[in-house]
Amino acid sequence: MNILVCISHVPDTTAKINFTADGSAFDSLGVQFVINPYDEFGLTKALHIKEARGATITVLNVGGPETEPTLRKAMAVGADQAIRLNATPTDAITVAKSIKNHIQANTYDLIICGQESIDYNGQQVPAMVAAFLDLPFVNACVGLDINGDTATAKAEIDGGHTTYSCSLPMVVGGKKGLVEEKDLRIPNMRGIMTARTKPLIVEEGEGGGHTAAVSFAKPAAKSAVKLVPADQVNELVRMLHEESKSI
Amino acid sequence: MIVVFVESWNNQFKKASFEAVSYARSWANTAGCGVRAITSASAENANQLAQYGADEIATLELAKTGAGIGAQLAGLVGDAQGVVVAGTAMGKIIAPTLAALSNGALSTNTTNTPSSTSPVIVERGAFSSKGIETISLNNGLPIISFVPNSIGIKEEAGAGATSTAESAGSDMLNVDEVSVASGKVALPEAEIVVSAGRGLKGPENWGMIEELANVLGAATACSKPVSDIGWRPHSEHVGQTGIQVNPNLYIAVGISGAIQHLAGVSASKTIVAINTDPEAPFFKAADYGIVGDAFEVIPQLIEELRAFKAAN
Repeated sequence: MNILVCISHVPDTTAKINFTADGSAFDSLGVQFVINPYDEFGLTKALHIKEARGATITVLNVGGPETEPTLRKAMAVGADQAIRLNATPTDAITVAKSIKNHIQANTYDLIICGQESIDYNGQQVPAMVAAFLDLPFVNACVGLDINGDTATAKAEIDGGHTTYSCSLPMVVGGKKGLVEEKDLRIPNMRGIMTARTKPLIVEEGEGGGHTAAVSFAKPAAKSAVKLVPADQVNELVRMLHEESKSI
Repeated sequence: MIVVFVESWNNQFKKASFEAVSYARSWANTAGCGVRAITSASAENANQLAQYGADEIATLELAKTGAGIGAQLAGLVGDAQGVVVAGTAMGKIIAPTLAALSNGALSTNTTNTPSSTSPVIVERGAFSSKGIETISLNNGLPIISFVPNSIGIKEEAGAGATSTAESAGSDMLNVDEVSVASGKVALPEAEIVVSAGRGLKGPENWGMIEELANVLGAATACSKPVSDIGWRPHSEHVGQTGIQVNPNLYIAVGISGAIQHLAGVSASKTIVAINTDPEAPFFKAADYGIVGDAFEVIPQLIEELRAFKAAN
C-alpha cells in the first residue's frame, strides 16, 4: 500500500518563541526546527504498518528549501521518499490545496497528518484535504487498524472516544496514541546515510491565501505568584473566592 | 446574517452551545446584521437560543460526523456574512470542512470577537499559547471557530423565529461505538481542572486528587510523564501535545511546569501551583502557590474547601 505522511517543519517544543521587532512574523533566529510532534506519531504509525504488511511511505511538506533537512530526517527513520511542494505556506486552505493537487496526481491508500502543527495550531489542513478529495476523515485519531482495504480508527471526542470504520483511502488527523512515545524513532547513522540517497522530489505548490497574519505578540506577562504558607491553606481558599473569583 | 452552528450532546445544549450564539450576536452587532442559529432537529428546547441573541433558529436532521455536518452547512450558508462554530472536538472538524467546501477564510483557536468586520480581524492562540496572532480574514466567507470558555455567555434577546432548514446529510464513516465517561466532568469543557504530576509518586495516590476534583466539581488531568509511564490515561494528558485547556481555575499538584506543559495550560484564567520545590518553574506561571508537600497540603485543602462549600 502507498502511505502519504504530511509533515510540518516546526520550532522545537523547547524553543523560546520570539517575534520580529515589528511583530510581523515569527523570529526563527537561533531556533532549531523539528518534525511536528503530532506528525511524528503519524510517521511512526506508518512505519509500523510498513513493517507489519509492507508499504511505501512518502513524506510530504509544503514549504521552502529550508524544510528539506526535516524531510531527510523523516527518511532517515524509514520513509522511502519525500516530496516538497514548493510554496510559502501562507494559510491552511492554500496548503491543503497544494496537498490535494499532489494526491490527485498520485495514488495513495492512506493519508496521515498530525491533527495540528505546534506553531500555528490551526487544526485545519487534514480536514480540508479530506473535504477537497471527498475522502473519509478521522480527527484526533488515537488508534488505527488497517485490514485489507478497510480501516478501524479510534478518535478522542469531548469526554470520551468514538470508534469509526471506513474503506480506504482515508485521511487521518493523528496524535499520541496512534503509537506511544516510546515507539518514536531516533535516526541512526546508517539511516542518515541511506536518507541522503533517497529521492526528494520538488513540485510546485499553490500560492495566494484567504487569510493573512496581521501581527504577532507574546501573551502579557503574569504578575508575580502570591505564595501562601503551607499551614494556611484556608487563606488560599479565601483568595480563590474573594480575589480571583474562581470558586 | 451571521450563521452559528449550535452543537448538542444527547439532544441537550451545553455552555459551549450558548457561548457560540453569544459570539455570533456580538459579531452581528458589530456588523449590523442578524443571527441565524442552525441546530439539530432533535435538540430539546431549541427556542432557548433566542435568549442569547438568535433571531432565527433553523433545525434539521444532522449527519453523525463533523465532516458530514460541515458538508451540510456548506449548503446553508450561501447568504451568510460570517459563520461561527465552537471549537469543540466536533467543531474542529466542522469548521475546516465548511471552509474547504465554501472556499472560505477560517480562523480557528480564536480567542476574541471581531474588532473589525471588513475585513474581519480577530486574535487567535498560536505557538501553543506562547504567541497571539492577529489574523485578517480577507478572501471568501469569514468563518470563526473559537476556543470554548474564552468569550463567555451573555444573555441578549433575539427574535427567535423558528424554521426548518433543508440540506441532506451523509457520512463517509460508520460510527461503530461511542463511549463517553458518565458522571465525570469532561476535561476540555471543565471550568476547574485539578492536575497532578510525578510529585504524587505513584498511581495509587490519585485518590486525593479525585477527591479534590469531586469537591470542586472539577475534571482531573495529569502531566505528560505521568501518562507516558501509564499512571493515568493519555486522555488526561494536558500540555503541548496533549489536551489544551483554558478553565477558570487550574490547580497543578506536584508538576514542575516544563515549558511543554505550560503551553497547554497557560490560557487558564487562574493557576494554583503546589510543589515541594520552591524553584519549580510552575511558580513563575502561577497566580497562587504553596511550597509544600502535596500529601499534607491536599488533604487540608479538601477539608477547607468542604467547609467553604458548606458555608456558601
